[in-house]
Amino acid sequence: MKKLTLATIWLDGCSGCHMSFVDVDERILQVAEKYDIIFSPLVDVKEFPEKVDVTLLEGAISTDEDVEMVKKIRKSTKTLIAFGDCAVTSNVPSMRNHYDLKDVFKRGYLETSTDNDVIPDEMLPKLLDKAYPVHHFVDVDVFLQGCPPSADTIFYALVEIAEGRTPELSKRARFG
Amino acid sequence: MTPEEFNKIGEKHRNKRDEFTHNIRVCTAAACATLKSEEVKKAFEKEVKEQDKKKTCRVSGTGCLGLCASGPLVTVNDGQALYAKVSVGDVKDIVNNIDKKPVKRLEIPADTPFFARQTKIALENCGTTDPESLEDYLALRGYESLYKVLTEKTQVEVIEEMVKSGLRGRGGGGFPVGLKWSTVYKALGDKKYVICNADEGDPGAFMDRSMLESDPHSILEGMAIAGYAVGADQGYVYIRGEYPLAIKRLRAAIRQAERNHFLGKNIFDTPFSFNVELRLGAGAFVCGEETALIASIEGKRGTPRPRPPYPAQYGLWGCPTLINNVETLSNIAPIFRKGAEYYASIGTEKSKGTKVFALAGSIKNTGLIEVPMGITLREIVFDIGGGILGDKKFKAVQTGGPSGGCIPEQFLDMPVDYESLAGVGSIMGSGGMIVMDETSCMIDVAKYFMDFCKSESCGKCVPCRVGTAQMHRLLVLISEGKASMRDFELLEELCDVVKSTSLCGLGMTAPNPVLSTIRYFKDEYIAHIVDKVCPAGVCVMESKEEVVL
Amino acid sequence: MSSSVNIITLTIDEKQVGARENQTILEVARENGVEIPTMCELKGLTPSGGCRMCVVEVAGIPKLLPACMTTVSEGMVVTTNSERLKKLRKNILELFFSERNHICAVCASNGFCELQLMAQKVEMSHVHYPYLYPHCEVDASHNRFVLDHNRCILCTRCVRVCDEIEGSHTLDIKGRGIEAQVITDMDQPWGDSETCTLCGKCVHVCPTGALIERGMAVGEMSKRKQLLPYLTQMREVKT
Repeated sequence: MKKLTLATIWLDGCSGCHMSFVDVDERILQVAEKYDIIFSPLVDVKEFPEKVDVTLLEGAISTDEDVEMVKKIRKSTKTLIAFGDCAVTSNVPSMRNHYDLKDVFKRGYLETSTDNDVIPDEMLPKLLDKAYPVHHFVDVDVFLQGCPPSADTIFYALVEIAEGRTPELSKRARFG
Repeated sequence: MTPEEFNKIGEKHRNKRDEFTHNIRVCTAAACATLKSEEVKKAFEKEVKEQDKKKTCRVSGTGCLGLCASGPLVTVNDGQALYAKVSVGDVKDIVNNIDKKPVKRLEIPADTPFFARQTKIALENCGTTDPESLEDYLALRGYESLYKVLTEKTQVEVIEEMVKSGLRGRGGGGFPVGLKWSTVYKALGDKKYVICNADEGDPGAFMDRSMLESDPHSILEGMAIAGYAVGADQGYVYIRGEYPLAIKRLRAAIRQAERNHFLGKNIFDTPFSFNVELRLGAGAFVCGEETALIASIEGKRGTPRPRPPYPAQYGLWGCPTLINNVETLSNIAPIFRKGAEYYASIGTEKSKGTKVFALAGSIKNTGLIEVPMGITLREIVFDIGGGILGDKKFKAVQTGGPSGGCIPEQFLDMPVDYESLAGVGSIMGSGGMIVMDETSCMIDVAKYFMDFCKSESCGKCVPCRVGTAQMHRLLVLISEGKASMRDFELLEELCDVVKSTSLCGLGMTAPNPVLSTIRYFKDEYIAHIVDKVCPAGVCVMESKEEVVL
Repeated sequence: MSSSVNIITLTIDEKQVGARENQTILEVARENGVEIPTMCELKGLTPSGGCRMCVVEVAGIPKLLPACMTTVSEGMVVTTNSERLKKLRKNILELFFSERNHICAVCASNGFCELQLMAQKVEMSHVHYPYLYPHCEVDASHNRFVLDHNRCILCTRCVRVCDEIEGSHTLDIKGRGIEAQVITDMDQPWGDSETCTLCGKCVHVCPTGALIERGMAVGEMSKRKQLLPYLTQMREVKT
């Protein structure tokens, strides 16, 4: 059987979901039998590939760069997995959402800073008014809930997709 | 009390009235009152006194004459002459000419379609009686129906008469009144209640207010008849607190009726006793829903509960309760005075009698009208209503308030009855009729009504509480040109969820203004979403750029 | 209970079942192993009918009826799990999630929350309505309990248990529609409440992390379900 290609990426997330992915431990060999990991923070590749079968997308969409990225990913990806609660619900990054963006900056860069009280305006990607879940911008094929999803669930989902089945996640994954 | 004794009461007041050769009546209902009709009335009293015509001319206030757009209105001898836009300066002229020809410059001819095309039953006394005078009401055969019912008919006969009349609930649902009465009559219970629902809250509707301000006794009489029929001895009028004049007049009417033993213990020396009390609403639209209304009277938070059980079986304090709205109850006394057959002869096969509408919006003759069921919308808008303001192009008419829908031009020749209106995605509702011209944006209209439902949702059930907030948000996005077709699909889906799963009528009908505008004006939605243009030029589009949302 | 109550038969999901005539559809369904999802219902409290999760189809009636408040009748044909009902329930639950700020990952009730479990039960993979992200306060003025409006679903279990079982009616609702909110006393800080008896029943009937005991960290606030049979008993003695 021909191997599928797999990309993993995190946007506005804490990398916890990736840690959980690594927790599949020795089963990573079974994953490797089914997938070639062609893009990932674990792999030293700079550009997101043009074509990829499955993408695990961790994190919420919080900046203009994230928006561009998620659109690019969608275009390149056959099966897009919203990977973890931040991608599915915007989760912890959304805790700023009921505050005014100005207040968020003030709190982050002025009130809580110990020196260099400046709100950076260049160099950094522009923050959106809110942190959004992935499906707010693009269609998502599989929603993998959890903060983080367990290694077992991640492994199960990847195997099912590789076998051409739709993973049954409602009994295996949950928010939080 | 013998029939002779009763007839004497009416006769006495008729004779008293006929002592005057001229009856000058100045409209003192809310619309004319805001145009300072009280001052006009005072000016008439002063002028009559100065011209020494006090023996022949009687000046009194009266209820709504209907043509609110042209207030203050004044009638002489109940229709002999009708004057519009009367100011204090015109009073002298009118009194000078009272024995001669009417003053041409102020006169509205009697054959004006606005008046000629109406059939008045519920509004029969509006404009021909002083709402603050029991004598006036008695002179017009007031409380005669109650007397006849109490002395000549059994409860079952009264209900049969109501069934025969074909009257259906005028609050919006159109449930047959006779059937409702018989259900409450048959319900087991020592204590029963009659409630008059006067919590009129639809934007643009003022039928109930006008009737209560113009002819409060006919509603009390209707309630007493209903009370007798179903076996209740206590009535409540649940009236919104924002109607101070109606409350004042109703209070006065209850006091007058009690003093003269038309309400209270052993009315007309029969075993039937009936008391009426007022309960004031505190400004929640949802309290017009009957179970929320009951909760409010009981002193609880005004939220609805699921039905069944219906109030007819389990109502106020758990007792069988009859709830009818103001217009329904004001039809009762005339039905018994004129006969059920007469009432049933008006209207259509399934919708008998007349219906009161409040004409508002972009229409020349704003005001209160009563028309036979089956009349076409075109007749209402163009003949009675006088057409569109500024002779603009007609676009739609909104009936049924936040529970109703917008009816476009192609249905103008449709007869107005419960079934036809429901068939085109609107409802009869309580009678608000808002006319819109080509300068109205239908997304703006839908947004307005959704904003209303969102802020009037009681918050008890999730689909209504959150669904209306979500729908309003989506409509705002559409009106700002920030929505996508995906948002439009969400809106349609939410309409279905809220309609199917909400707890009470407010939620179940809240999507109607959206659904009906989608049905008939989908191109306007598309224009807002795809082209980022508001065809009517109402909505301000924030930007034409692609917006990330 | 009086012995004169009639026994009737009805059909629930194509299964013939017997019931006492004063029972609700929900009670009869549970007795017969048919699970109907509920959020605001709690045995022992007066049903409210507000969450709409338990709506069912009854043959011959065009509107959907709440199973928790609809009494059974002879020959009734009830459907509890049609595709349409499943879809509507999922949509209603999404509305629940979209209303306030339910961030399971940082909730004291994570793992014990009925809202969280319901999402699994009705297979809600994500919320496809936009989140409303309201700004909600946390009332931490009480020395034993915390009321976090971000996580409240307005099921009114706390209001009912406080009124009906504890009898102090400290909790109630203010505002209308989307503005509705649980309050203590006359919308005063809970810590200043003169009517609260510190019984804690509200905390333990709360389906989410909106009401928790002070000092509970993420995933620590399990609700003591063993309280519920006691509540039910109290209720039956009372009525």
